[in-house]
Amino acid sequence: MTDVQVRTTTTLEVGGMGHSVKRKEDPRFIRGKGEYIDDLNLPGQLWMDIVRSPYAHAKILGIDASEALKIPGVLAVVTGADLEKAGLHWMPTLAGDKQMVLPTHTVMYQAQEVAAVVATDRYIAADGVAAVLVDYEPLPVIVDPKKALEPGAQVLRPDRGPEKANNHIWHWESGDRAAADAALAKADVRVAEDIYIPRIHVASIETCGCIADWDAVNGHLTLHMTSQAPHAIRTVLALVSGLPEHKIRVKTHDIGGGFGGKVPVYPGYVLAVVASLTTGKPVKWIEDRSENLQADSFARDYHIHAELGATKEGRITSLKVKTIADHGYTDAAADPSKFPAGLFNVITGSYDFPDAFVEVDGVYTNKPPGGVAYRCSFRVTEAVHAIERMVDILAHEIGKDPAQLRMENFIQPEQFPYKTPTGWEYDSGNYPVALRKAMDMIGYEDLRREQAEKRARGELMGIGISSFTEIVGAGPSHTFDILGIKMFDSCEIRVHPTGKVMARIGVQTQGQGHETTFAQIIAEELGFPVADIAIEYGDTDTAPYGLGTYASRSTPVAGAATAIAARKIRDKARLLAAHLLEANPDDLEWGSGAFSVKGSPDKKKTIQEIAFAAYTNHPQGMEAGLEAVDYYDPPNLTFPFGSYICVVDIDRGTGQVKVRRFVAVDDCGNIINPMIVDGQIHGGLTMGFAPALYEEIAYDELGNNLNGTFMDYLLPTAVETPAWETGKTITPSPHHPIGAKGVGESATVGAPPAIANAVVDALWHLGVRNIDIPMTPQKVWRILNEKGVAL
Amino acid sequence: MIPPRFDYARPASLDEALQLLASREGEAKVLAGGFSLLPLMKYRLAQPGLLVDIGRVAGLDAIEEVDGELRIGARATHGAIAGHPLVAARYPLIREAAGGIGDPQIRNWGTIGGSCAHADPASDWPAVIQALRGSFVCRSLGRERVVAARGFFLDVFTTGIEPTEVLTQVRVPRPGPRSGGAYVKLERRTGDFATVGVAAQVQLGADGRIAEVGLGLTAVADAPFAAGDAEDALRGALPTAEKFREAGLAAARQARPTEDRHGPVDYKLTMVRVMTERALRLATERAQANG
Repeated sequence: MTDVQVRTTTTLEVGGMGHSVKRKEDPRFIRGKGEYIDDLNLPGQLWMDIVRSPYAHAKILGIDASEALKIPGVLAVVTGADLEKAGLHWMPTLAGDKQMVLPTHTVMYQAQEVAAVVATDRYIAADGVAAVLVDYEPLPVIVDPKKALEPGAQVLRPDRGPEKANNHIWHWESGDRAAADAALAKADVRVAEDIYIPRIHVASIETCGCIADWDAVNGHLTLHMTSQAPHAIRTVLALVSGLPEHKIRVKTHDIGGGFGGKVPVYPGYVLAVVASLTTGKPVKWIEDRSENLQADSFARDYHIHAELGATKEGRITSLKVKTIADHGYTDAAADPSKFPAGLFNVITGSYDFPDAFVEVDGVYTNKPPGGVAYRCSFRVTEAVHAIERMVDILAHEIGKDPAQLRMENFIQPEQFPYKTPTGWEYDSGNYPVALRKAMDMIGYEDLRREQAEKRARGELMGIGISSFTEIVGAGPSHTFDILGIKMFDSCEIRVHPTGKVMARIGVQTQGQGHETTFAQIIAEELGFPVADIAIEYGDTDTAPYGLGTYASRSTPVAGAATAIAARKIRDKARLLAAHLLEANPDDLEWGSGAFSVKGSPDKKKTIQEIAFAAYTNHPQGMEAGLEAVDYYDPPNLTFPFGSYICVVDIDRGTGQVKVRRFVAVDDCGNIINPMIVDGQIHGGLTMGFAPALYEEIAYDELGNNLNGTFMDYLLPTAVETPAWETGKTITPSPHHPIGAKGVGESATVGAPPAIANAVVDALWHLGVRNIDIPMTPQKVWRILNEKGVAL
Repeated sequence: MIPPRFDYARPASLDEALQLLASREGEAKVLAGGFSLLPLMKYRLAQPGLLVDIGRVAGLDAIEEVDGELRIGARATHGAIAGHPLVAARYPLIREAAGGIGDPQIRNWGTIGGSCAHADPASDWPAVIQALRGSFVCRSLGRERVVAARGFFLDVFTTGIEPTEVLTQVRVPRPGPRSGGAYVKLERRTGDFATVGVAAQVQLGADGRIAEVGLGLTAVADAPFAAGDAEDALRGALPTAEKFREAGLAAARQARPTEDRHGPVDYKLTMVRVMTERALRLATERAQANG
């Protein structure tokens, strides 16, 4: 079917909004000229490697580094005791908890950092690690957060003091408990389910790492690293180390995947800084794959209990959700301060009903800290999975087609802006159109007929829908901050005399194509060709302060700052043009990259001519130059949405689930670059498909990580990944300067429940209500076997 | 993932390699493609003192038919085997197995000899060579012996090969008309080690009955093995679904899987039965088409 036309107002050469401009960053990636952190080596550089705990919970009785220090080339072994002398053994997390840089007494999870070895060579550093002898006394391990909450459970974090002698971190709630209870009590139909969203890992192909470079002469620290939020890292480093913030420069390079995992400050960064401060030399630290999978911040790990109330016709009336959030031994999430469970209360989803109540309790366990927002806009993946599963369960329970039930419960287009029972104001949406489009693309009614025929023959085929609402673009300063820093973002534009442009942004690209899309925003607003616009980011010495790229906030926040900064430049350009044309500024009109006198289109000055005049011929009384900066404080978040439909076939012999087709209709408001949006959707769908069927970090009862390599942490390959079929609708954000909403995470958020719903749909007639992801062959086979349909 | 210090030698001849192995018996390991050994070394699970790289030794990667058998040089890569015209023409089981090992990178580096000598219970070749009733040629200084594949694989990472020997060749008898083979494996995702792999080689008689059959099982015991009880059940029988199921159940009774991330024991045993049935069905169809 034909897709909606993306509107453009510029020529392809200018390349403003709506053009599929080829990515400016790709030539260097395609030719192997990208520069990732491990490509960088500094003169005189040393290497650091980390001794890690084999136990999930143990007392450290002693650390003997004497054999390691005998190895030629091993220069130092840093322990928690060393850090304690400088007060550096603990550091704050972005969630306001605290985390050990190195333990002084107790290790809290398997693979936790125990000591750092600094050596002249990467290989010698590893030999040093192997030679450090640590004497552990294993302690009882708590893996299950429900057990952590039981009365009498051992207290994992005695450092919190006697008044917090338990493993409960925080309680957070949203909505009206009494109203939700009352509505549920009155409901004709109530469906309840326990839904577990497992621990998963971002598994970026580039692991974390840095080079800390302390310049003792100038008292200046440069930290080269792979981070999604360089400014936040700089501020945390200043707070932790006591170094003055203007003497710290954080510099990122090309990033081989972030997905939320490169927002936090990891102990390794601090240790590399300590090592450089101690040795006076640059110190490089690069994690290996298993360290990355075992120790870096995980995502998800939500134990959700949800109950949905409805009329007997299937009109939803109420939702109540109680969730336990397993954070590991410290809350190292990077959620906004007022939102310890992220934006999980967007869980009312795409549906119009009056009463909802959501509560979440954070809990400590002997697992790695987290949980970061893995491409999920702050716990929105969890919320969408729960509501989309519940809606499907309700539909099946009352015998109504899941598509029909959704249509009957959707918030209608005319209801926007829509206030949800948990307090969000959805900016815009058209849910019925998106779902109908997805149904048409996949041939929904035909598939239902096929399913009925196959079921009569004993074949297992399922169809699953997910009609999700995303919430991105944190966020308005009245509500959103991290460690007190408001979640604005920024852009600074400088137009050079010859009409070339340099723009610096506070967000950090990690594959999203900012060098292209932010140039397109400026091209749209000012008419400079994209080729003439360079985008810079990731150097805290030069880029304006910003909170970084995660939670799909770059376009909603920094993209808006870029448009506004460009408009400030256009305002000044108008005055310059008026001067050049000897006209009243109000008599000028803007179009096609030029100001012209109304009614006399031949009397005009192009933006390039105006730029030159800004430095050569500006009027008396006006500042020279053509520059602007904007720090954008969004008035609201943006709410992208979409409808996904998935078809699966289940092998009754092996329990394998095959995704036969997957249609994704996305609406992210106005589109800057359709090709890049498509790329984001394809990548996001794959990252939603993966945890639905493959990915999971599991632990045994001793807290051993069972998925510490890519042999067992199963990233899907291109072979099993479905051929995505994408479509779009366009519903602009009414409050965003360019009507855009953000798209980086929609598909990751929306895809898993479509797949889960399809698998359960294939098995519902056998009495299956829910299967937790990942729906592995062994798990599905177990169900088939129990239901007596395994071959 | 940094290996400890080790010595490295790259001899130009097989005799030189054998001398090195003999001179540092017990601490020297042969390096071929390295795709199994090097990861173990990087995790410091294997710490050989000397790696003898046979990459420069001439004549170890030939693929040819001699005296009614296929002879595959130990250093032939999975990819070279999968793409070889002789293999494509007459050895569907070998072709299918070779083409399904790991990913293209692994197939372009990993070797059949390295894989068999390494004897990871989840590697594909041992079951295939046993199903085909093949053999291995092992050379040491001044001695060459041919060892049957059945009985060669003793335990996890343990074979009948001596520390001073190099596995130089894999030999497989040439199948005749009315034969067909198949390798089916259940993997969690493409390129994964098998949860269960089943190699089946079926020889039909003129009467349509199963004259001879070979069944090799991957990843469901400490060492890949030939499912002799299942073979006995099939020999002389008509190739029916019921018979295949009976054979699958017999194969499962011989399997000794352990629980791991691939699944619990009961699941794996059921998968032995299911995959055995599928391998036999496919191999039989190929045999019937190979008039």
